[in-house]
Amino acid sequence: MTPSLEPISELKLEGITKRFPGVLACDGISLQVRRGEVLALVGENGAGKTTLMNIIMGLYRPDSGTIHVNGEEVHFHSPGDAYARGIGMVHQHFMLVPNMTVAENLALGLKELHHFMNLDIKGAAKRIREVSERYELPVNPDAYIWQLSVGEQQRVELVKTLCLGARLLILDEPTSALTPQETDDLIVRLQRMASELAIIFISHKLNEVKALSDRVSILRHGAVVFNGQTANHEPSELAALMTGHDVVLPRNEGSGIQGEPLLSVQNLCVRGDRGNLVLDGLSLELRAGEVLGMAGVSGNGQREFADALAGLRPVESGQILFGGKDLANRTPREIIHAGMGYVPEDRQTEGIVPSFSVKDNLILKDFAEPRFSKMAFLRKKEIDSNAEVLKERFDIRCPSTSTATGSLSGGNIQKVILAREISRGPKALVAVYPTRGIDMGAQEFIHEQLLARRREGIGILLISEELEEVMNLSDRIAVIYKGKILKVLPAVEATRERLGILMAGLADPDSPGDAQAEVPAGAAHE
Amino acid sequence: MNRNKVLYSGAIILAVTLIAALLVALVLFSIGASPLATYKTILTGPLSDLFGVTEVLVRSVPLMLVALGIAISFRSGILNIGAEGQIQMGVIASTAMALAMPHAPKAILLPAALMAGALAGAVWGGIAGWLKAKLQVNEILSTVMLNYIAAQVYTFLLRGPMLDPNELETGSGTPQSMRLPELAFLDTLVPGTRIHMGLILALVAALLVWMLLWKTTLGYRMRTAGAGAKAARYAGIPVERYLIVAMLMAGGFAGLAGAVEVSGVHHRAIEGISSGYGFAGIVVALFGALHPGGIVPSAVFFGILLIGADMTQRSASVPANMVLVLQGVIILSIVSAQSFLRNPYAQERFFRWFGRFSSSARKAGKGVQS
Amino acid sequence: MSAGLMIYNVLCLAVPFSVALLLAALGENFNQRAGVFNLGCDGIMCMGAFLGFMVPFSLKATPWAAYGNLLGIGAALAVGAAMGVVFALVTVTFRASQGIAGIGLQMLGWGLAGTLFRHFVGGVTGVEGMAAIAIPGLSKIPFLGGVLFNHNALTYTALLLVPACWFLLYKTPWGLKVRAVGTHPRAADTMGIHVDRIRYQALMLGGAMAGLAGAYLSLCQAKMFSDDLVAGRGFIAVALVYFGRWSPLGILGGALLFSIAQSFQLSMQVWGIKFPYEFAVMLPYVLVIVVLALARKARQLGPTDLGKPYNREMRF
Repeated sequence: MTPSLEPISELKLEGITKRFPGVLACDGISLQVRRGEVLALVGENGAGKTTLMNIIMGLYRPDSGTIHVNGEEVHFHSPGDAYARGIGMVHQHFMLVPNMTVAENLALGLKELHHFMNLDIKGAAKRIREVSERYELPVNPDAYIWQLSVGEQQRVELVKTLCLGARLLILDEPTSALTPQETDDLIVRLQRMASELAIIFISHKLNEVKALSDRVSILRHGAVVFNGQTANHEPSELAALMTGHDVVLPRNEGSGIQGEPLLSVQNLCVRGDRGNLVLDGLSLELRAGEVLGMAGVSGNGQREFADALAGLRPVESGQILFGGKDLANRTPREIIHAGMGYVPEDRQTEGIVPSFSVKDNLILKDFAEPRFSKMAFLRKKEIDSNAEVLKERFDIRCPSTSTATGSLSGGNIQKVILAREISRGPKALVAVYPTRGIDMGAQEFIHEQLLARRREGIGILLISEELEEVMNLSDRIAVIYKGKILKVLPAVEATRERLGILMAGLADPDSPGDAQAEVPAGAAHE
Repeated sequence: MNRNKVLYSGAIILAVTLIAALLVALVLFSIGASPLATYKTILTGPLSDLFGVTEVLVRSVPLMLVALGIAISFRSGILNIGAEGQIQMGVIASTAMALAMPHAPKAILLPAALMAGALAGAVWGGIAGWLKAKLQVNEILSTVMLNYIAAQVYTFLLRGPMLDPNELETGSGTPQSMRLPELAFLDTLVPGTRIHMGLILALVAALLVWMLLWKTTLGYRMRTAGAGAKAARYAGIPVERYLIVAMLMAGGFAGLAGAVEVSGVHHRAIEGISSGYGFAGIVVALFGALHPGGIVPSAVFFGILLIGADMTQRSASVPANMVLVLQGVIILSIVSAQSFLRNPYAQERFFRWFGRFSSSARKAGKGVQS
Repeated sequence: MSAGLMIYNVLCLAVPFSVALLLAALGENFNQRAGVFNLGCDGIMCMGAFLGFMVPFSLKATPWAAYGNLLGIGAALAVGAAMGVVFALVTVTFRASQGIAGIGLQMLGWGLAGTLFRHFVGGVTGVEGMAAIAIPGLSKIPFLGGVLFNHNALTYTALLLVPACWFLLYKTPWGLKVRAVGTHPRAADTMGIHVDRIRYQALMLGGAMAGLAGAYLSLCQAKMFSDDLVAGRGFIAVALVYFGRWSPLGILGGALLFSIAQSFQLSMQVWGIKFPYEFAVMLPYVLVIVVLALARKARQLGPTDLGKPYNREMRF
C-alpha cells in the first residue's frame, strides 16, 4: 500500500502479553517469521492464537511486549497501520461486507483511491485484476459478495489482502469452511506464493500444518510451549504438545446393527432467508441407536434443515415423520414433546439465555412440567436440586448454579445444553456443530456423551463441518450438497477423499463398484 | 450474590443521579437560576409538611403503576413508550364506565370503573404488541404514534361526546367530563389530604408483579422471551405471544393508573390528566432497575421531583419543563452506566486510561514543585 | 373548483410540508446507514426549531437583524450536530441501548427547548421568517412552476439534498465507509476504518440535518415556536427511513406521500368537507403505523447491524 517503505522481510514478536478480564490470553509470547517461510501457529481453541494475530494487526493493544518489523519497533493502532507495513490477515470469519461488490470491499481499505468526494472504484477493480492474474486467483471484481460461494469468498479475501499490499499473510483457520479438495487446492496455491511472501498459518488440523509449513509453534493457554521444524515432527507428537496430554477422541466402535427407523424425512423443501429454495427435496432416514453424520460444506442447507427439524422454519413441502407423526410445520413445542432433542448451532444465543443462571437454563424446556412447577408457580427446591445433579453428572464447571450462564466457557455452555437435552430423555437428538470452537477436553466429553446415548438407543443426527468428527462418531454418513442428500454411505466406507468429492457435488467415483455390496440407505426412498 | 446485585444497582443509581444532577445544574446555571437553591427547593420543599408528603405519595401512585407495567414490558423484550396514551385510554374508559351506571352499588361500580380503565389501556398497549408480534412493527415508533393518536382521541371525546353538559350550559366550555358519582371514588386514606386507597393498590400490584415475574412459569416465559428471544424459540416458547401478553399487561397497568387518577384524585376526566406520567414512568422503571423492589422507592423519589419542580416554577421561576430535561438526562446516563458496567472490556480500558491520566497528572504536579 | 385546480392546490401545499420531514429523514438515513438508530431525532428537531426561532427573534432590533435567519439556521445546525455527538457518546462510546437512549435524548431536547423558550421568551411571538423566492423563468412554467419553484431557500436546499445525499452515500469514500460500518463493522475495522469515528461523523451530520429540519419548521413553516411545534415529526422521519428503504429517493417519496396526505386533509377542510379536527391531526400518525406495517419486508435490505453497538474486543 505504501511503496515507499521497504517490503517486509522479517516480523519479530517479543514477550507479547495480553490480559482480558478474567483471562490471560497471551502470556509473554515471542515469535519470528521471515520472507519465504511458512510458520504454522498451532493450538487448541482458546489457546490465544487469534488474540495474538489481532494484536499483530493492531486490533488489540498488547499490555506489554514489542513488535519489530525489519528490525524496527512498531506500534500499530489499527489494521491500517499494519497494512502500511505490509502485514495483512485473512480472518476465519470472512471480513467482507455482503451487500457490496468485491471492488467496493477492496476500496474500503485502499486509502489512495479515496479522493475528495470521489471514489475510484475502477482503480480498485483494476488492482484486483492485476493481483488475481499474478497469483492465479481468479476473482470477478464486480460480483456482490453474497453471490459468491465460500471458496470464492476465500479467494476474494486473499486477493483483497494482497491488493492492500500485504507481504506477510496471516491466515486464521483458512480451511475450516472448505471441502478437502478445496483445502488441497488452497495449500498448493499457498505453497506457490510462499516463496515471495511470509505466511503465518493458523490451524489445528495437523495434516495441513505438516503439508504447508516450514516451522511450527505451539500455543497452549496463551504461552508458546514448542518451537520446531515441521519436518522433524510427527502430527501425533504435535497433537500431544498441543493439548498437553494425550487426547484420544473416542470413536464409534459400533457393531453396525441398526435399529428401527425413527425419523424419516421425505422430499423436504424449505426456503432460505432470501426466499430461494435452500432445501430441495431432501430425504433422509435416522434409525434408533445410530449416529447419522451429515457432512457438507456449510451453506448447503444444513442450517435450514436443522431449523425445519426444530419447527422454526416453515416447510414448503415434504414430510418429517417422527414416531409415526408428521412434524413438518408443527410448533417447536409439539416437536419437543414428541421427543426430539436439539443442540443448536449458536450456543450463545440459541442454546441458552446468557443472562440467566445455570439452573434456570437447565429447565428452559421443562419449566412447565409438574417436576418443576405447581399451579403455574415454579418449584425452587426442585429446580435447585436438578441443577446440582446435572452439574455433577455432566461435569459442568461453574462457581455455582446461580452463575450467569453466558459467563462460562464455550465448553461448559455446551455441557449445560447437552445436560438439559439428554436429561429430558429424548428419542432422537439433533446436534448441530456440537464441538465448534470448544477445547479438546470438553470435546472428548461431549463425544463420549453422544456415543453413550447411542448405546442407549437414541438416534443421533450429527451435523458438522469437521470431517474428523463425523467420521469418528457416525455409523452412517450423509453428504449434503445444495439442499439434497447426495449419498448416504456407511462410515466404514468413508474416506476423507471420497467425502470431499461428494461434498463438492461431484459424482461418487467409488459408487459403481460397490453398488451391489451396499444398498445405499439414501436410495431407500427412491 | 443477590446482595452484591443490590449493592451494584444501588451504586449505579447513585452515580447516575450525581452525573444527572451535575449536567442539569449546567442548564440551571445557564438560565440564571442557582442550581443549589433549586435542588434544595426540589428535594426538601415537598417534604416540609405532612400535606406535602401526602401529595408526593399521590403523585407516586400513578408513577408506580405505570413503571410496574413498563418493567414487565422491558423485561419481556418490548419497549413500551406508550404509557402516556394508555393512561388516557384508561381515563376515558373508567370515566365512561362510572358515568354509565351511576346507581350501581360501590362494590360493583368502583371495581368496574378500575377494570374498564385497565382493559382500555391493555387494548391500547396490545395494539402495539400485536403490531410487533405479527408485523414486526418497531414498538417504540408504534407506541409513540399511538400516544399522539390517543391524545387526539382524548381531546375529541372531551370536547365532544363526553363533554360535561354543564359546561355547555354555562358556556365556559372547559373540556372536561361530568363529575363521577361519589360511589366511584377511591377512599381517602388520611382525612384532609388527597392521599387515597390507590397507594395500597399500587403496593399490592408491586408485590404481584414481583411474584409474577420471578415465581411463576408465566413470568419465566416472559423473562426468557425478553432476555434471549432466540433461545426461547428453540425451547418451544412462542415469543411473539408473550410480546403481546407483556404489552397487554403494560398497557393494563398504565390504564389502571389512569383510572386511579380519575377515581382517586380528579374525579372526572380533565385535559392534561396524565401530565407526563407515561414518560416519567419509563424513568422510574429504569431508575428502579426494572424491579418492583426498586420501583416503589424510585416512584416516591420521582413524586418528590415532580412536586418540587412545580414549586421551583413558582418560587425560583424555573420552568417545570425542567423535569423533562432531568428525565432525559437521567435516561441517557442510566443506560450509559448500565452498559458500561455490563462491559468488562470498557471498564478495564477506562481504569487503565484513568490510571495513566492520574499518574501523568502526578508527574506534572511533581514537575511544578521541583 | 376544477379537479386540476384542486390537485394543484394540494401539491403546492405539499411541497413545503414535506421539507422538514425530508431533511430530518435524510439525516436519519445517515445515522441508520452507519448502524445507529437515532430516535432522539425528534428532540434534536425541537432544539433546532427553538434556536432557529430564538436567534432571529433576539437579533430583531440589532444591526444584525438582516443576518438573523442565517445565524438561526447556523445555530440550529450546530446544536443538532452537538446533540448528535451527545447521542454518539452514549450509544457509540458507552454502547448503550439505542432505543431507550433515543427516548432520553428526545425528552432532553423537548424539555430543554421548552424550558429555554419559557425562560427567555415566555409567550407566543412570531418571527418574520424566510420569504419565498420565485425562481425567475422556472416559476412561470404552468403548474410545475407554482408547485416546485416558488418556495423559500431552505425548500430548494432540501430538494437538492436528495441527489446530494445519494451521491455522498454511494459515490464517495465516506459513504462507502458509512455503508460498511452499518452492515459489517468488524470487516470495516479490519480494513483500517475507525468504526466509532465514522459513526460519530454520521451522527453529527444526521443531527445537524435534524436541527436544520427543526429550524425550517419554526422559521419557514410556522414562523413561531411552541412546545408542540415539532409534534413527533422526528419519529415520523425515522419511520420514513424504513419506508424509503434507506435510499434518499425512497425517502423523498415517503416525505411527499405524507405531506400530500396532510395537505389533502387541510384542503378538504377548505373545501368544506367536515370532519372532526382531531381526526385530521391524527392522520399522519396512523399513516406511520400503516407504513411501518407495510414496510416490514424491507427490513432485510437495511443495514444489518442497525441498532447493534460495535465492540472490537467482543468475540463472536
